[in-house]
Amino acid sequence: MPFEVSDLAEMDAPEKEYLWTLNFGPQHPATHTTLRLVLTLDGETVINAVPHIGYLHSGFEKLGEHLDFNQYVTIVDRMNYISPLANEIAWHHAVEKLLGIEITPRCKYLRTILAELMRLHDHLLNVGTTGLDLGAFTAFLYAFYQREKIYDIVESASGQRFHTSYTRVGGVMFDVNKAWVEKIREFLKGFMPVHAEVHRLLTRNRIFIDRIKGVGYLSPEDAISMGVTGPLARASGVVRDLRKDEPYLAYADLDFKVIASKDGDCYARYLVRMQEMLESVKIIEQCLDNIPDGPVNIDAATHIVPPAKPSVYRSIEGLIQHFEVMMPNRGYDTPREEIYAATESPNGELGYYIVGDGTPRAYRARTRPPSYIHFAVFPHIIKGHQLSDVVAVLGSLNIIAAELDR
Amino acid sequence: MSTEDVLKSKFPDDGLTFSQFRDNRRVVVPAAKLIPILSLLKSELGFDMLVELTAVDYLEYEGATDRFGVVYVLLNNHSGERLVLKTFINDPNPTLPSVYSLWKSADWLEREVFDMFGITFTGHPDLRRILMPDEFTAHPLRKDYPLKGRGERHNFPIVVRSDG
Repeated sequence: MPFEVSDLAEMDAPEKEYLWTLNFGPQHPATHTTLRLVLTLDGETVINAVPHIGYLHSGFEKLGEHLDFNQYVTIVDRMNYISPLANEIAWHHAVEKLLGIEITPRCKYLRTILAELMRLHDHLLNVGTTGLDLGAFTAFLYAFYQREKIYDIVESASGQRFHTSYTRVGGVMFDVNKAWVEKIREFLKGFMPVHAEVHRLLTRNRIFIDRIKGVGYLSPEDAISMGVTGPLARASGVVRDLRKDEPYLAYADLDFKVIASKDGDCYARYLVRMQEMLESVKIIEQCLDNIPDGPVNIDAATHIVPPAKPSVYRSIEGLIQHFEVMMPNRGYDTPREEIYAATESPNGELGYYIVGDGTPRAYRARTRPPSYIHFAVFPHIIKGHQLSDVVAVLGSLNIIAAELDR
Repeated sequence: MSTEDVLKSKFPDDGLTFSQFRDNRRVVVPAAKLIPILSLLKSELGFDMLVELTAVDYLEYEGATDRFGVVYVLLNNHSGERLVLKTFINDPNPTLPSVYSLWKSADWLEREVFDMFGITFTGHPDLRRILMPDEFTAHPLRKDYPLKGRGERHNFPIVVRSDG
């Protein structure tokens, strides 16, 4: 059949038909957790991305209205399970602010050490998986081995490796001893060479840089408007760190720097996280040197923490007091007030909005999850990038689906 | 002039109530004046970040007169100042204007409040359920919704492979 111009004309499909739709997730190795994206592609360029979330929604905030302040800690450490203790510290920070409790200096230092260990924990995984997604497997294994050691440290303190449920209103479950302090010193000694090794493996690795430099740019104006906090905001030049700006725990006494960058891309986020780890090590070392002696829990006379065991076993007053604290239908009075309190979690500002109604149970326990805020940014910063950049950007945002969906 | 003084001088007749609890500075504003007040806070008082937007259902709260409270936690990135702003709305058909035009972070935060409490935000670009499935009809964080649900989980339609 002879070729005619009209045949060509029919091939001019409307522009939209060139676009492909790709379903990414909810089960995909590069999402690490359960999240789903519907991507619109033009060739390999991402035109649009629509996140669909909620696959891990388990009603944590509703549960928070039915469990008391100490019981709910078992739920909050399942939110960001990459750094569980950071959630517990943030939750009890908010509860203690609502109740007006000033925790003891020893507890402040202890919680600071744990919070910074969790920052190492979180950043190690994030740096490792960023490399893993882009094909650099070795750094991931090095980072994971260090995480394993942090698990051991946490286990010696709380008896649990993962979901520790370690903090309590007004203190922690058990005090720590000198051996624990030495264990952390030992870990830090081994950690520094590994950190340097990861630097050598990734920071000037040509393939790694080519994959993430200039990818996923977030401008400082957008970062502020979209409520982005933590390492992401600092990588975009929004220098804000609650540890410095609104000091809590022992941070006011400690010497450390806030790491920031102006570049705002995935590489800047990687570098900010790498540097923050060194600052965390500095903070932990200072805390270990200065950890004060004395009680770790507040005074039992407040009737918020259980009394010491000898008094429970040997006196009727102690036994009654222990009973009053432990029984779910007893407990203490709380102010009929509302409070928003936030801490700098490894991922950003982790806040709790608690409404107290006079019982030791929150009337409303709202979490302000950094992952949720940060994932909303994803469709904006992925537009115009290649399909292969999706995993790089997802990795750099450090989205934890359990915290995202709660 | 402090934030409170500016608000008092600009909105003298709107019954703004100021309070402080611990380090939280709070203001309760009428829902009708929400947008003018938030615009003023953003444009003139430098509150450039909407950190948190959430709601509270006061159905079972002793002594509460209104059903829903919607809370906005604002932050001034330069001075580090925070302000917790609250407004009350009631059944039926609780509705507020969207603040997406002021802060982009309101996008998902408002969707979550809509999903969990059934509060509609007029002017929101894409107000859909975000955490619950689209077929879900109730709003689970309302106080009249039971903790264990209303059997949605057991009656969920199951698609088997043979049905295609």
